[in-house]
Amino acid sequence: MTFINYASREINCKIVYYGPGLCGKTTNLQWIYDKVNPNAKGKLISLATETERTLFFDFLPLELGTIRGFKTRFHLYTVPGQVFYDASRKLILKGADGVIFVADSQLARMDANVESLRNLSDNLKLQALDLRTIPYVLQLNKRDMPDAVPVDRMLKRLRVRNEDYFEAVAPKGIGVFETLKAAARQVLVGLKKAS
Amino acid sequence: MPFTDTVMFEEQLGEINAILTRLRSDSSARGAFLIDRNGQQIASTGEDLDAIDSTALASLTAGNVASTDAIAKLIGEREFLALVHEGDKDSLHISMVNDRIILLVLFDERSSLGLVRLRVRKAAADLVEVFQSIDRRQSERPQGAGASPFAEITDDDIDSLFA
Repeated sequence: MTFINYASREINCKIVYYGPGLCGKTTNLQWIYDKVNPNAKGKLISLATETERTLFFDFLPLELGTIRGFKTRFHLYTVPGQVFYDASRKLILKGADGVIFVADSQLARMDANVESLRNLSDNLKLQALDLRTIPYVLQLNKRDMPDAVPVDRMLKRLRVRNEDYFEAVAPKGIGVFETLKAAARQVLVGLKKAS
Repeated sequence: MPFTDTVMFEEQLGEINAILTRLRSDSSARGAFLIDRNGQQIASTGEDLDAIDSTALASLTAGNVASTDAIAKLIGEREFLALVHEGDKDSLHISMVNDRIILLVLFDERSSLGLVRLRVRKAAADLVEVFQSIDRRQSERPQGAGASPFAEITDDDIDSLFA
């Protein structure tokens, strides 16, 4: 749910990174945090366990600049990927303006990708949102892994609506900003259509 | 878009700031913050708040409310109307203004939980009225081109954000 503040001339949008455990959602945020100009970002908040697995969410506020005189802020969230944290995932999806699904390219994680995608679709429905219409981007992460599944095979299993997709290696930043930009674009185009 | 955006107008923000300032003064609190349930800060007032990261505060408060709401449902409650976090020096009183808005009061030993609770009740009632007027204004907003600054967004505008 976009928050448009006419008084302070700001737009705030929420983008959620979704995907199975250890697929690289937090790594995406970490890369963005490391590379963005210090004036354009807030603190990266990570609610994680002692072993650095996301417990509740990671949060990164990002100020991208001005559009038509309005400061444009994106609040980036990740969900905990592990299956048993489903209650937390449902909470974090509330009010999402856009979703990025981070898929793990390793062969052994294909079923986990499919399960997580199905879980995303179910949890969006609970918010009266539809995976086929919400601003949505697919990221194929870990393309540098030796057993990475070919892109066309991944798309066959994971693509839901001819959405934009990006190949990525998040720890090296490959595809990270491209993915975010595509999602931000869809959210802003959505604002235009809603006007 | 299949969902409703939240908007804030100058006039109503002035009213909200006045309510928060009065609440802070009447309850001798350090600060008062208004946050939407998705974690965006709407307004704040207070002294010596520079050291507090208010963006993170808003996001974490919304996460806190969301998770305690889910806990409430687990035990058969609709929601918890207020949450209190007691610290050694500073404490927080978090309450729901309506189904979209959270009011957070930061207070120390100059105030008390009882006083904050009492003043929050009055402020929340005033805030409900302001948000009703925002909803009315939003629903009366003329539709169509020119009604919103975002109708004219171009691809170049969007590209410039990532330049």
